Amino acid sequence: MKLTRDGIAYRVACDLPDGSYVNLGIGIPTQVSSYLSPDKEILFHSENGILGMGPLAEPGTEDVDLINAGKQYVTMLPGGCFFDHPMSFAMVRGGHITHTVLGALEVAANGDLANWRTPGAKVPGVGGAMDLAFGIKNVWVTMTHVSTKGQPKILKACTLPLTAPRCVKRIYTDMALIDVTPEGLVLRECAPGITAAEVQSKTDAALKVAKDCREMDIPEAIKGVPLAA
Amino acid sequence: MLGGFGDPGLPGQLLEAVRRKGVKDLAVVHNGAGAGDWALGGLIKDGRVRKVTASFPNNPGAIYFQELYLKGQIELELVPQGTLAERIRAAGAGLGGFFTPTSAGTELGKGKETRMIDGREYVFEKPLHADFAMIRAHRGDRLGNLQFRKAMRNFNIAMAMAADVTLAEVDELVPVGGIDAEDVHAPGIFVDKLVHCPRHPKLVEVGPPK
Repeated sequence: MKLTRDGIAYRVACDLPDGSYVNLGIGIPTQVSSYLSPDKEILFHSENGILGMGPLAEPGTEDVDLINAGKQYVTMLPGGCFFDHPMSFAMVRGGHITHTVLGALEVAANGDLANWRTPGAKVPGVGGAMDLAFGIKNVWVTMTHVSTKGQPKILKACTLPLTAPRCVKRIYTDMALIDVTPEGLVLRECAPGITAAEVQSKTDAALKVAKDCREMDIPEAIKGVPLAA
Repeated sequence: MLGGFGDPGLPGQLLEAVRRKGVKDLAVVHNGAGAGDWALGGLIKDGRVRKVTASFPNNPGAIYFQELYLKGQIELELVPQGTLAERIRAAGAGLGGFFTPTSAGTELGKGKETRMIDGREYVFEKPLHADFAMIRAHRGDRLGNLQFRKAMRNFNIAMAMAADVTLAEVDELVPVGGIDAEDVHAPGIFVDKLVHCPRHPKLVEVGPPK
Protein backbone atom coordinates (compact mmCIF):
# COMPACT_ATOMS: atom_id res chain seq x y z
CA MET A 1 0.00 0.00 0.00
CA LYS A 2 1.20 3.47 -0.75
CA LEU A 3 0.82 6.27 1.76
CA THR A 4 -1.72 8.99 1.07
CA ARG A 5 -0.71 12.65 1.30
CA ASP A 6 -1.99 12.56 4.88
CA GLY A 7 0.05 9.42 5.47
CA ILE A 8 3.25 11.15 4.37
CA ALA A 9 2.39 14.14 6.59
CA TYR A 10 1.72 11.79 9.52
CA ARG A 11 5.07 10.03 9.08
CA VAL A 12 6.94 13.37 9.07
CA ALA A 13 5.05 14.54 12.15
CA CYS A 14 6.28 11.44 14.06
CA ASP A 15 9.89 12.56 13.53
CA LEU A 16 9.77 16.28 14.38
CA PRO A 17 11.43 16.56 17.79
CA ASP A 18 10.03 18.29 20.84
CA GLY A 19 11.40 21.82 21.08
CA SER A 20 11.98 22.30 17.35
CA TYR A 21 11.31 25.46 15.34
CA VAL A 22 9.75 24.47 12.04
CA ASN A 23 8.91 26.09 8.72
CA LEU A 24 6.40 24.13 6.65
CA GLY A 25 6.19 24.58 2.89
CA ILE A 26 3.00 24.59 0.84
CA GLY A 27 1.18 21.32 0.01
CA ILE A 28 1.78 18.07 1.92
CA PRO A 29 4.10 19.87 4.41
CA THR A 30 1.23 22.10 5.58
CA GLN A 31 -0.68 18.96 6.64
CA VAL A 32 2.14 17.89 8.99
CA SER A 33 0.86 20.19 11.75
CA SER A 34 -2.44 18.23 11.88
CA TYR A 35 -0.64 15.07 13.04
CA LEU A 36 1.69 16.31 15.78
CA SER A 37 1.51 14.69 19.16
CA PRO A 38 0.16 17.15 21.75
CA ASP A 39 3.08 16.13 24.01
CA LYS A 40 5.52 17.99 21.76
CA GLU A 41 6.09 21.73 21.98
CA ILE A 42 6.91 22.83 18.45
CA LEU A 43 6.83 26.42 17.21
CA PHE A 44 5.88 27.04 13.59
CA HIS A 45 7.54 29.83 11.61
CA SER A 46 6.04 31.68 8.66
CA GLU A 47 8.34 33.74 6.40
CA ASN A 48 6.07 36.78 6.58
CA GLY A 49 6.98 37.40 10.20
CA ILE A 50 5.33 34.89 12.52
CA LEU A 51 6.69 32.43 15.07
CA GLY A 52 4.21 30.37 17.08
CA MET A 53 1.63 30.18 14.32
CA GLY A 54 -1.50 28.13 15.04
CA PRO A 55 -3.97 26.31 12.76
CA LEU A 56 -5.93 27.92 9.91
CA ALA A 57 -8.62 30.35 11.11
CA GLU A 58 -12.17 29.00 11.33
CA PRO A 59 -14.58 30.67 8.88
CA GLY A 60 -15.97 33.84 10.46
CA THR A 61 -12.95 34.36 12.75
CA GLU A 62 -10.43 35.49 10.12
CA ASP A 63 -8.23 38.51 10.87
CA VAL A 64 -7.23 40.40 7.71
CA ASP A 65 -3.77 41.13 9.18
CA LEU A 66 -3.00 37.52 10.09
CA ILE A 67 -2.02 35.35 7.12
CA ASN A 68 0.63 32.71 6.50
CA ALA A 69 3.18 32.63 3.66
CA GLY A 70 0.56 30.91 1.47
CA LYS A 71 -1.76 33.89 2.16
CA GLN A 72 -4.27 31.81 4.10
CA TYR A 73 -5.86 33.21 7.25
CA VAL A 74 -4.24 31.63 10.30
CA THR A 75 -4.28 31.89 14.10
CA MET A 76 -1.65 32.45 16.79
CA LEU A 77 -0.79 30.24 19.73
CA PRO A 78 0.18 31.52 23.18
CA GLY A 79 3.86 32.50 23.20
CA GLY A 80 3.88 33.42 19.52
CA CYS A 81 5.32 36.66 18.21
CA PHE A 82 5.49 38.94 15.17
CA PHE A 83 8.52 40.51 13.48
CA ASP A 84 9.56 41.86 10.10
CA HIS A 85 11.09 40.22 7.03
CA PRO A 86 14.77 40.93 7.73
CA MET A 87 14.42 39.32 11.17
CA SER A 88 12.33 36.47 9.78
CA PHE A 89 15.05 35.55 7.27
CA ALA A 90 17.77 36.04 9.88
CA MET A 91 16.01 33.21 11.74
CA VAL A 92 16.19 31.13 8.56
CA ARG A 93 19.72 31.82 7.28
CA GLY A 94 21.14 32.16 10.78
CA GLY A 95 20.31 28.53 11.56
CA HIS A 96 17.74 29.31 14.26
CA ILE A 97 14.85 27.57 12.54
CA THR A 98 15.78 23.92 13.09
CA HIS A 99 13.65 22.11 10.50
CA THR A 100 11.93 22.82 7.23
CA VAL A 101 9.61 20.45 5.39
CA LEU A 102 9.38 21.24 1.68
CA GLY A 103 7.81 19.82 -1.43
CA ALA A 104 10.16 18.80 -4.26
CA LEU A 105 10.14 18.25 -8.00
CA GLU A 106 13.45 16.37 -7.92
CA VAL A 107 16.03 15.31 -5.34
CA ALA A 108 19.48 13.99 -6.25
CA ALA A 109 21.54 11.31 -4.52
CA ASN A 110 23.85 13.98 -3.09
CA GLY A 111 20.96 15.98 -1.57
CA ASP A 112 20.59 18.54 -4.38
CA LEU A 113 17.06 19.94 -4.35
CA ALA A 114 15.01 21.26 -7.27
CA ASN A 115 11.65 22.69 -6.23
CA TRP A 116 11.40 26.30 -7.41
CA ARG A 117 11.08 26.21 -11.17
CA THR A 118 8.58 23.89 -12.82
CA PRO A 119 9.29 22.98 -16.44
CA GLY A 120 6.07 24.55 -17.78
CA ALA A 121 6.08 27.73 -15.67
CA LYS A 122 5.78 30.84 -17.83
CA VAL A 123 6.84 33.31 -15.15
CA PRO A 124 9.65 32.33 -12.77
CA GLY A 125 9.22 32.86 -9.04
CA VAL A 126 11.34 31.73 -6.11
CA GLY A 127 9.78 33.24 -2.99
CA GLY A 128 11.59 32.08 0.14
CA ALA A 129 12.45 28.59 -1.13
CA MET A 130 16.17 29.19 -1.64
CA ASP A 131 16.67 30.90 1.72
CA LEU A 132 14.97 27.98 3.48
CA ALA A 133 16.97 25.35 1.58
CA PHE A 134 20.31 27.11 2.10
CA GLY A 135 19.74 28.28 5.66
CA ILE A 136 18.03 25.51 7.59
CA LYS A 137 20.05 22.56 8.87
CA ASN A 138 17.38 19.89 8.58
CA VAL A 139 15.78 20.13 5.14
CA TRP A 140 13.20 17.35 4.87
CA VAL A 141 11.37 16.74 1.63
CA THR A 142 7.89 15.30 1.08
CA MET A 143 6.74 14.13 -2.33
CA THR A 144 5.21 11.32 -4.31
CA HIS A 145 7.92 8.82 -5.18
CA VAL A 146 7.31 9.15 -8.94
CA SER A 147 5.82 11.88 -11.12
CA THR A 148 2.27 11.76 -12.49
CA LYS A 149 3.84 10.23 -15.61
CA GLY A 150 5.46 7.51 -13.48
CA GLN A 151 8.99 8.91 -13.76
CA PRO A 152 11.34 8.67 -10.75
CA LYS A 153 11.88 11.96 -8.88
CA ILE A 154 14.84 10.73 -6.83
CA LEU A 155 17.64 10.94 -9.36
CA LYS A 156 21.39 10.44 -9.81
CA ALA A 157 21.49 14.15 -10.70
CA CYS A 158 18.75 16.81 -10.93
CA THR A 159 17.69 17.96 -14.40
CA LEU A 160 15.76 21.07 -13.25
CA PRO A 161 17.34 24.28 -11.92
CA LEU A 162 18.54 23.76 -8.34
CA THR A 163 17.01 25.44 -5.33
CA ALA A 164 20.13 24.60 -3.32
CA PRO A 165 22.92 22.05 -3.70
CA ARG A 166 23.44 19.25 -1.13
CA CYS A 167 20.79 20.49 1.29
CA VAL A 168 18.28 17.64 1.68
CA LYS A 169 18.77 15.42 4.74
CA ARG A 170 15.71 13.19 4.52
CA ILE A 171 13.07 12.24 1.93
CA TYR A 172 9.53 11.13 2.83
CA THR A 173 7.52 9.67 -0.06
CA ASP A 174 4.38 7.59 -0.46
CA MET A 175 6.64 4.52 -0.77
CA ALA A 176 9.60 5.08 1.53
CA LEU A 177 11.66 7.03 4.03
CA ILE A 178 15.16 7.67 2.71
CA ASP A 179 18.10 9.40 4.41
CA VAL A 180 20.66 11.39 2.44
CA THR A 181 24.06 10.51 3.91
CA PRO A 182 27.68 11.19 2.88
CA GLU A 183 27.73 7.55 1.65
CA GLY A 184 24.63 8.06 -0.51
CA LEU A 185 20.92 7.38 -0.14
CA VAL A 186 19.94 4.97 2.63
CA LEU A 187 16.53 3.29 2.62
CA ARG A 188 15.29 3.29 6.23
CA GLU A 189 11.62 2.36 5.90
CA CYS A 190 9.19 1.08 3.28
CA ALA A 191 5.45 1.77 3.19
CA PRO A 192 3.30 -1.16 4.41
CA GLY A 193 3.54 -4.10 2.01
CA ILE A 194 6.12 -2.48 -0.28
CA THR A 195 9.50 -4.14 -0.68
CA ALA A 196 12.93 -2.53 -0.87
CA ALA A 197 13.27 -3.92 -4.41
CA GLU A 198 10.04 -2.17 -5.45
CA VAL A 199 11.29 1.13 -4.00
CA GLN A 200 14.60 0.75 -5.86
CA SER A 201 12.75 0.02 -9.12
CA LYS A 202 11.01 3.41 -8.85
CA THR A 203 14.22 5.25 -7.92
CA ASP A 204 16.82 6.39 -10.46
CA ALA A 205 19.61 6.80 -7.88
CA ALA A 206 21.12 3.78 -6.12
CA LEU A 207 19.74 3.02 -2.65
CA LYS A 208 21.60 1.31 0.18
CA VAL A 209 19.18 -0.69 2.26
CA ALA A 210 19.78 0.00 5.95
CA LYS A 211 20.53 -3.08 8.10
CA ASP A 212 17.53 -2.22 10.25
CA CYS A 213 15.29 -1.23 7.31
CA ARG A 214 11.70 -1.91 8.33
CA GLU A 215 8.09 -1.49 7.40
CA MET A 216 6.61 1.86 8.38
CA ASP A 217 4.59 1.82 11.56
CA ILE A 218 1.55 3.65 10.35
CA PRO A 219 -2.18 3.26 11.06
CA GLU A 220 -4.37 2.72 7.99
CA ALA A 221 -6.53 5.68 9.00
CA ILE A 222 -6.85 8.32 11.70
CA LYS A 223 -10.31 9.71 12.47
CA GLY A 224 -11.57 8.36 9.17
CA VAL A 225 -8.77 9.92 7.09
CA PRO A 226 -6.90 7.17 5.23
CA LEU A 227 -3.10 7.26 5.70
CA ALA A 228 -2.36 4.30 3.45
CA ALA A 229 -4.42 2.99 0.56
CA MET B 1 9.20 50.37 -2.99
CA LEU B 2 5.81 49.02 -2.13
CA GLY B 3 5.33 47.35 1.23
CA GLY B 4 3.03 44.54 2.18
CA PHE B 5 2.96 40.78 1.85
CA GLY B 6 -0.50 39.85 0.64
CA ASP B 7 -2.92 42.38 2.10
CA PRO B 8 -1.30 43.04 5.48
CA GLY B 9 0.83 46.19 5.17
CA LEU B 10 -0.11 46.86 1.51
CA PRO B 11 -0.55 50.60 0.80
CA GLY B 12 -3.46 49.99 -1.57
CA GLN B 13 -5.01 53.45 -1.38
CA LEU B 14 -1.70 55.27 -1.91
CA LEU B 15 -1.17 53.09 -4.96
CA GLU B 16 -4.62 53.97 -6.28
CA ALA B 17 -3.71 57.65 -5.77
CA VAL B 18 -0.49 57.14 -7.75
CA ARG B 19 -2.59 55.54 -10.44
CA ARG B 20 -4.96 58.54 -10.57
CA LYS B 21 -2.01 60.92 -10.76
CA GLY B 22 -0.91 59.28 -14.00
CA VAL B 23 2.81 58.82 -13.32
CA LYS B 24 4.51 56.23 -15.49
CA ASP B 25 7.82 54.49 -16.19
CA LEU B 26 7.94 53.19 -12.62
CA ALA B 27 10.49 50.68 -11.35
CA VAL B 28 8.80 48.80 -8.50
CA VAL B 29 10.27 46.75 -5.66
CA HIS B 30 7.65 44.48 -4.04
CA ASN B 31 7.50 40.85 -2.96
CA GLY B 32 5.01 39.90 -5.66
CA ALA B 33 3.81 41.46 -8.90
CA GLY B 34 0.37 42.71 -7.91
CA ALA B 35 -2.90 40.83 -7.75
CA GLY B 36 -6.05 41.57 -9.72
CA ASP B 37 -6.59 45.04 -11.14
CA TRP B 38 -6.33 47.10 -7.94
CA ALA B 39 -3.25 48.79 -6.43
CA LEU B 40 -0.02 47.42 -8.02
CA GLY B 41 -2.04 45.12 -10.29
CA GLY B 42 -3.87 48.20 -11.57
CA LEU B 43 -0.67 50.16 -12.20
CA ILE B 44 0.74 47.23 -14.17
CA LYS B 45 -2.54 46.81 -16.08
CA ASP B 46 -2.35 50.51 -17.05
CA GLY B 47 1.19 50.03 -18.41
CA ARG B 48 2.80 52.38 -15.86
CA VAL B 49 5.40 49.94 -14.60
CA ARG B 50 8.67 49.44 -16.49
CA LYS B 51 10.37 47.02 -14.11
CA VAL B 52 9.47 44.78 -11.17
CA THR B 53 12.03 43.56 -8.62
CA ALA B 54 10.32 40.72 -6.74
CA SER B 55 10.73 37.25 -5.24
CA PHE B 56 7.33 35.84 -6.17
CA PRO B 57 6.04 37.49 -9.36
CA ASN B 58 4.23 34.25 -10.24
CA ASN B 59 1.67 34.77 -7.47
CA PRO B 60 -1.63 33.48 -8.88
CA GLY B 61 -3.29 36.91 -8.95
CA ALA B 62 -0.53 38.61 -10.98
CA ILE B 63 -2.40 38.24 -14.26
CA TYR B 64 -1.44 41.59 -15.78
CA PHE B 65 2.23 41.17 -14.93
CA GLN B 66 2.21 37.72 -16.54
CA GLU B 67 0.59 39.06 -19.70
CA LEU B 68 3.15 41.87 -20.13
CA TYR B 69 6.09 39.67 -19.13
CA LEU B 70 5.25 37.07 -21.76
CA LYS B 71 5.08 39.84 -24.39
CA GLY B 72 8.48 41.11 -23.23
CA GLN B 73 6.95 44.45 -22.24
CA ILE B 74 8.00 44.48 -18.58
CA GLU B 75 11.37 43.81 -17.01
CA LEU B 76 11.81 41.39 -14.09
CA GLU B 77 14.62 41.14 -11.55
CA LEU B 78 14.03 37.93 -9.60
CA VAL B 79 15.49 37.94 -6.08
CA PRO B 80 15.12 35.31 -3.33
CA GLN B 81 12.83 36.65 -0.63
CA GLY B 82 15.37 36.77 2.19
CA THR B 83 17.93 38.41 -0.08
CA LEU B 84 15.34 40.97 -1.18
CA ALA B 85 14.54 41.89 2.43
CA GLU B 86 18.21 42.13 3.39
CA ARG B 87 19.17 44.19 0.31
CA ILE B 88 16.48 46.69 1.29
CA ARG B 89 17.61 46.70 4.91
CA ALA B 90 21.26 47.11 3.87
CA ALA B 91 20.38 50.23 1.87
CA GLY B 92 18.54 51.71 4.85
CA ALA B 93 21.40 50.85 7.19
CA GLY B 94 24.07 52.49 5.04
CA LEU B 95 25.82 49.26 4.07
CA GLY B 96 27.51 48.60 0.74
CA GLY B 97 26.04 45.12 0.51
CA PHE B 98 26.57 41.75 2.14
CA PHE B 99 27.52 38.13 1.47
CA THR B 100 24.76 35.52 1.70
CA PRO B 101 24.89 31.76 1.09
CA THR B 102 21.47 31.91 -0.63
CA SER B 103 21.66 31.23 -4.38
CA ALA B 104 25.36 30.19 -4.45
CA GLY B 105 25.77 27.60 -7.21
CA THR B 106 22.27 28.16 -8.62
CA GLU B 107 20.80 29.96 -11.62
CA LEU B 108 20.05 33.04 -9.50
CA GLY B 109 23.65 33.29 -8.26
CA LYS B 110 25.14 33.17 -11.76
CA GLY B 111 27.50 36.02 -12.67
CA LYS B 112 27.65 37.35 -9.12
CA GLU B 113 30.80 37.90 -7.10
CA THR B 114 31.39 35.02 -4.67
CA ARG B 115 33.70 34.45 -1.75
CA MET B 116 34.61 31.41 0.33
CA ILE B 117 34.16 32.29 4.01
CA ASP B 118 35.04 29.61 6.58
CA GLY B 119 34.72 26.93 3.92
CA ARG B 120 31.32 27.97 2.60
CA GLU B 121 30.51 29.79 -0.63
CA TYR B 122 28.73 33.14 -0.31
CA VAL B 123 27.28 35.46 -2.96
CA PHE B 124 27.71 39.23 -2.83
CA GLU B 125 24.46 41.19 -2.92
CA LYS B 126 24.17 44.95 -3.34
CA PRO B 127 21.92 47.30 -1.38
CA LEU B 128 18.56 48.25 -2.90
CA HIS B 129 17.58 51.93 -2.60
CA ALA B 130 14.39 53.69 -3.70
CA ASP B 131 13.27 57.25 -4.38
CA PHE B 132 9.96 56.55 -2.67
CA ALA B 133 8.60 53.91 -0.32
CA MET B 134 4.89 53.43 0.26
CA ILE B 135 3.74 51.29 3.17
CA ARG B 136 0.74 50.75 5.43
CA ALA B 137 0.75 50.65 9.23
CA HIS B 138 -1.91 50.38 11.93
CA ARG B 139 -1.23 53.57 13.88
CA GLY B 140 0.94 56.60 13.26
CA ASP B 141 1.67 59.98 14.87
CA ARG B 142 2.80 63.40 13.53
CA LEU B 143 6.46 62.47 14.07
CA GLY B 144 6.03 59.46 11.81
CA ASN B 145 6.26 56.82 14.53
CA LEU B 146 4.44 53.69 13.39
CA GLN B 147 2.86 50.70 15.04
CA PHE B 148 1.78 47.63 13.09
CA ARG B 149 -0.74 44.87 13.72
CA LYS B 150 0.17 41.15 13.46
CA ALA B 151 1.72 40.27 10.07
CA MET B 152 1.68 43.86 8.74
CA ARG B 153 5.37 44.54 9.38
CA ASN B 154 6.85 42.28 6.71
CA PHE B 155 8.97 44.47 4.36
CA ASN B 156 7.62 47.79 5.63
CA ILE B 157 10.15 48.86 8.25
CA ALA B 158 13.12 48.05 5.99
CA MET B 159 11.48 49.86 3.06
CA ALA B 160 10.83 52.95 5.20
CA MET B 161 14.57 52.97 5.94
CA ALA B 162 15.69 52.45 2.34
CA ALA B 163 13.84 55.26 0.52
CA ASP B 164 14.53 58.98 0.15
CA VAL B 165 10.88 59.72 0.88
CA THR B 166 8.62 57.34 2.81
CA LEU B 167 4.84 57.66 2.78
CA ALA B 168 2.70 55.64 5.15
CA GLU B 169 -1.04 55.15 5.15
CA VAL B 170 -2.44 54.36 8.60
CA ASP B 171 -5.67 53.05 10.11
CA GLU B 172 -5.44 55.53 12.96
CA LEU B 173 -3.69 58.86 13.31
CA VAL B 174 -2.88 59.47 16.98
CA PRO B 175 -1.40 62.48 18.81
CA VAL B 176 2.35 62.52 19.49
CA GLY B 177 2.78 60.24 22.50
CA GLY B 178 -0.31 58.25 21.51
CA ILE B 179 1.90 55.25 20.73
CA ASP B 180 3.80 54.24 23.86
CA ALA B 181 7.57 54.46 23.24
CA GLU B 182 7.75 50.72 24.04
CA ASP B 183 5.38 49.97 21.17
CA VAL B 184 6.90 52.00 18.31
CA HIS B 185 7.85 49.45 15.64
CA ALA B 186 9.14 51.88 12.99
CA PRO B 187 10.77 54.99 14.50
CA GLY B 188 9.46 58.20 12.93
CA ILE B 189 12.95 59.17 11.75
CA PHE B 190 12.37 56.84 8.77
CA VAL B 191 8.91 58.17 7.84
CA ASP B 192 8.21 61.44 5.99
CA LYS B 193 4.49 61.61 5.20
CA LEU B 194 1.44 60.06 6.82
CA VAL B 195 -2.00 59.64 5.33
CA HIS B 196 -4.92 58.67 7.52
CA CYS B 197 -7.15 56.36 5.52
CA PRO B 198 -9.45 53.78 7.02
CA ARG B 199 -9.36 50.27 5.65
CA HIS B 200 -10.51 49.81 2.09
CA PRO B 201 -12.89 46.85 1.84
CA LYS B 202 -10.98 45.54 -1.16
CA LEU B 203 -8.65 42.63 -0.43
CA VAL B 204 -6.21 41.87 -3.20
CA GLU B 205 -4.95 38.49 -2.27
CA VAL B 206 -6.63 35.78 -0.30
CA GLY B 207 -5.28 32.27 -0.18
CA PRO B 208 -7.27 29.13 -0.90
CA PRO B 209 -10.07 28.48 1.61
CA LYS B 210 -9.60 25.81 4.27
